[in-house]
Amino acid sequence: MDLLYRVFIDPFVQMGAAPDLLVQTLWEGLVGGVLYSLIALGFVLIFKASGVFNFAQGIMMVFAALTLVGLYSLLRQWGVNSGELAAYLALALTLVVMFILAWVVERVMLRPLVNQPDIILFMATFGLTYFLIGFGELIFGGEPKVMITDELHLPRGAIDVNMLGGFVSFQKLDIAAAVIASVMVAGLALFFQKTRIGRALRAVADSHKAALSVGISLEYIWVVVWFAAGIVALATGIMWGARSDVSFALEIIALKALPVLILGGFTSVPGAIVGGIIIGVGEKLGEFYWGPLLGSGIESWLAYAIALIFLLFRPQGLFGERIIERI
Amino acid sequence: MFYREAGQFKTSYEKDDAVFPILQDRIGIVLILLIAFVGIPLFASSFFISSFFIPVLVFSLAAIGLNLLTGYTGLLSLGTGGFMGVGAYACYKLTTFFPDTNIILLILLSGFAAAGVGAVFGLPSLRIKGFYLAVATLASQFFLSWCFVRIPWLFNYNVSGAIEVPTRTVFDIPITGPNATPVTRYLVALSIVVLMTWLASNLIRGRIGRTWMAVRDMDLAAELIGIKLYRTKLLSFAVSSFYCGVAGAMMVFLWFGSAEPDTFNINQSFFVLFMVIIGGLGSLIGSFLGAFFIWGTPIVLKAVPYYFDVAIPAATVEHLTFMILGALIIFFLIVEPAGLARLWQIGKQKLRVWPFPY
Repeated sequence: MDLLYRVFIDPFVQMGAAPDLLVQTLWEGLVGGVLYSLIALGFVLIFKASGVFNFAQGIMMVFAALTLVGLYSLLRQWGVNSGELAAYLALALTLVVMFILAWVVERVMLRPLVNQPDIILFMATFGLTYFLIGFGELIFGGEPKVMITDELHLPRGAIDVNMLGGFVSFQKLDIAAAVIASVMVAGLALFFQKTRIGRALRAVADSHKAALSVGISLEYIWVVVWFAAGIVALATGIMWGARSDVSFALEIIALKALPVLILGGFTSVPGAIVGGIIIGVGEKLGEFYWGPLLGSGIESWLAYAIALIFLLFRPQGLFGERIIERI
Repeated sequence: MFYREAGQFKTSYEKDDAVFPILQDRIGIVLILLIAFVGIPLFASSFFISSFFIPVLVFSLAAIGLNLLTGYTGLLSLGTGGFMGVGAYACYKLTTFFPDTNIILLILLSGFAAAGVGAVFGLPSLRIKGFYLAVATLASQFFLSWCFVRIPWLFNYNVSGAIEVPTRTVFDIPITGPNATPVTRYLVALSIVVLMTWLASNLIRGRIGRTWMAVRDMDLAAELIGIKLYRTKLLSFAVSSFYCGVAGAMMVFLWFGSAEPDTFNINQSFFVLFMVIIGGLGSLIGSFLGAFFIWGTPIVLKAVPYYFDVAIPAATVEHLTFMILGALIIFFLIVEPAGLARLWQIGKQKLRVWPFPY
């Protein structure tokens, strides 16, 4: 009985007793979730357009963030005096690097592997992960770096709001992250729905063969998609990097994005967003209110447990396309 | 020229169905076993045995386990590391409960614990498929590694949280623990691996293996011809986890000698998956080739600068190894997506028809 009480009653009593804490936890979960969904978004873009389960998305995020910071310090060394100028120059150059990466990946890895089974392509992105880890550490060194938040004019500090009988503090950076994420999702949605390339992307996602037969170049589409995923990775990298240091430890966060992905469905952009928020909020609530029951550290698998529960009811994820099987 | 089956007539079905129907193959396998059982212990240095051959054996067994699941039943799993951990911790608990029992028996028995856990975590596979399943199996990986840290009963409540392998002897020869020589540990590991490979090869050729392959090729169609999906998939998870569990127990008891809670993390799962894919999905010999390749390549890469007397900082070598390994994986997938096992087959075919092209 006592256990049942502690599982089913006590956490809710706590929530009711301190609503300000609840709001704080919800907010942190929400922000974490938005950032998860940004990573998941990168996965979804690539999976939609090429059917590749891109395991390297997480490392692309770290790589983008590292490139940004590394280029910035290089530019400062070369005598760019203004921090701002150097930061934005580095940002532009990082975009160029991500484009080159997308192009090389398409040219060297994807093109020879067209029409191979999914698992082979999946493994190839593993190879890419290893390569990028080695390459990134070789060039930028393994030690953690500080993200250039001030130079990029990202706000810092917190807004304390007096509500519900206590103070709830909103980090300005988190607000900025949420705003940037929303802008990005809106931009991607517009890009997918309204532009010519977007239409081509959707065609490729529907069927490679049909897209080819109406004259859409797969190679071109894949470069665009990997570049778009690279931009998403860069944005995510900046946000995560600002919250902690920039190092390869961030890669572990990408593993957190996988449950978001299966929860929302591999092929759905809204799924990535909603999934991210469910996972982020669920994880924080679980860790805060139910965590003490099980001993700490449950957030390493809680996200997966949440996703699994959803999957048992909808095997293709919340928003995934229904899997139709024919003999 | 020498590899010809001409003149070898099969006069009974048993001979036709033999594992090695060709005489040269039988000679080959005897030779390989001779080298493995006699040659390596006699001639290889003990350092080389404990840092190359024992790991390769352990990973081969784990790769066979994963291959049964992924290559033969078509269920992609990323929980291998966790299942290996279950085997290791089960073996550790068994040695504390039954200090006098033969340690080799305990290593094999601990596979059953892993099999049970594997079957439970295989339950989602009845409903979830493909990459969704792969990510779902990650849940088992993370949950199990959390258990290894947070449940003190598993490591006998010691302070460090690590497990230490006690010394156990069979016929007064120390097999595990700090007193066991690398050669003994190697021979024990080799015997287990040979035995279990033989079992696996018969399992695959029999009814069970055929139902697995039917499920792999198309599970809906398999269900229609009367294969019970839940039974087949769960059995596959159980057997695969059994192999991984024994490999995990061997890893700690015959190789490391002790294990931190972090030993069986997610990288272990990825590592074994690499071996299976590079070696070849659905091939036992591929599991061995994959383990040799994935474990051997970094060692060779790290040794190269020393031979050429190039002074490269250790960290750089580490990073270069990562890069080259990643590039090699992509390269092999492009050249031969069916893995090293396919190259092996092609080589045999070429030998068979030599000097003609086909």
